[in-house]
Amino acid sequence: MGSTYKWNWGIFLDPVSTGEPATYLDWLLAGLQNTVVLALASSAIALVLGVAMGIMRCAPNRWLAAIGALYVALFRNVPVIVQLFAWYFVVPEILPVHMGTWIKELPSMTQMMALSTMCLGLYMAARVCEHIRAGLGTLPRGQRFAATALGLTLFQAYRYVLLPVALRVAIPPLTSELINVFKNSAVVSTIGLLDLSAQSQQLAEYTGQPYEAFLAATLVYIVINWIVMVIMHRVERKVRLPGYIGSK
Amino acid sequence: MDILHAISNSLPALADGMVITLQITAVSVVAGIAWGAALAVMRLSPVKPLAWFSQAYVMLVRSVPLVMVLLWFFLMVPQLIQGLFGLSPRTDVRLVSAMVAFSLFEAAYYSEIIRAGVQAVSRGQLAAASALGMSYLMAMRLIVLPQAMRAAVPALLTQGIVLFQDTSLVYVIGLADFFRTSKNVADRDGTTVAMILFAGAVYLAISLLASGAVKVLQRGKKSFELI
Repeated sequence: MGSTYKWNWGIFLDPVSTGEPATYLDWLLAGLQNTVVLALASSAIALVLGVAMGIMRCAPNRWLAAIGALYVALFRNVPVIVQLFAWYFVVPEILPVHMGTWIKELPSMTQMMALSTMCLGLYMAARVCEHIRAGLGTLPRGQRFAATALGLTLFQAYRYVLLPVALRVAIPPLTSELINVFKNSAVVSTIGLLDLSAQSQQLAEYTGQPYEAFLAATLVYIVINWIVMVIMHRVERKVRLPGYIGSK
Repeated sequence: MDILHAISNSLPALADGMVITLQITAVSVVAGIAWGAALAVMRLSPVKPLAWFSQAYVMLVRSVPLVMVLLWFFLMVPQLIQGLFGLSPRTDVRLVSAMVAFSLFEAAYYSEIIRAGVQAVSRGQLAAASALGMSYLMAMRLIVLPQAMRAAVPALLTQGIVLFQDTSLVYVIGLADFFRTSKNVADRDGTTVAMILFAGAVYLAISLLASGAVKVLQRGKKSFELI
């Protein structure tokens, strides 16, 4: 780095040069808020859809299993930025006209948030699906047989016997995926959604202090990472089953 | 059809973009695996500071979004190139920063794969090697790593496919890789829907073919081991 760079950590408290009544720190915080909302909303979609797909992939029905496999193949083999652009530029065009128009007439912020959430949710669901499948795969086949032999329906066997264990087994990989959602969400800056990474870029452009801007954003991502790990570790300990992996 | 015509007219530009994408992928796979192997050896080495460095490196890289990493290197690499080699800042900085960023970023993921491979090699081998008078580094290089790397090949290749898809994120530094070129063509011709679907289909086809190839390779390896 050249000796000409002048560090200025006070920059965050300066009022922004666009004339809004805000400081650059407010920009970063607004970006953080978008990042958190986006990541949490898409994680919820990813969890629900991913668990459903994971069950389908292991279901004793060829068609259901094939749908699950197709879903994973499609969503894991197209880069997330291409998926995002497809949601933002393609989906409103190929939907029936009245729905497309409805989406296009939403306020641009709502539109970007909604489409980005769908994109990240469906993208991450494919990964969740694989972890659930792996979790179900660790269970001995006998558990399903035993459950149905006891008179449980297949649905009940999943609900009361198989899923409670499979979901617990999947917690560590799902924790990494939750961290990944926060990291992957930075891609939305490419469609102009002002998330944390986009705000830091904007801050760098407006102030000419890119190092402070990027350091601040990077640090926040590291802290998020750490918070997610701590929370999930708690969850893991809380739901631990006696006699299973990780229990004492 | 008009759209097919538009795509075929832009094929040379799209091919140039694909070359950039493949260049970044190839360089980062090779450099990433080399640096990743070094990180894995450091992580498992008896020299504590090296192990700490490697652990901190992997943790740091894995908690930062790739988009931020690309922005960081696009900010720093031009100044480094200028400082270290005295080149004019007009050399293709975007491509170089992307290659450096991906190599250093992916190395963290490769190192974890290689570390798992190393740990799968039985401990007795390291002990036997040192009984034969080999140093730690020699034993790693001649005995452990060759086996660990062979075991890790499928996982390393799969990570290579992830890397291939991730290169599309160079969009944020404005590098004209395959995806950026597709978007540029779309903006020029007003064919956004067609070009984005086309780009998606190309990535899908290449990734599926590559992962199919990895599976065939894995199966071939297994039947070979049985003989």
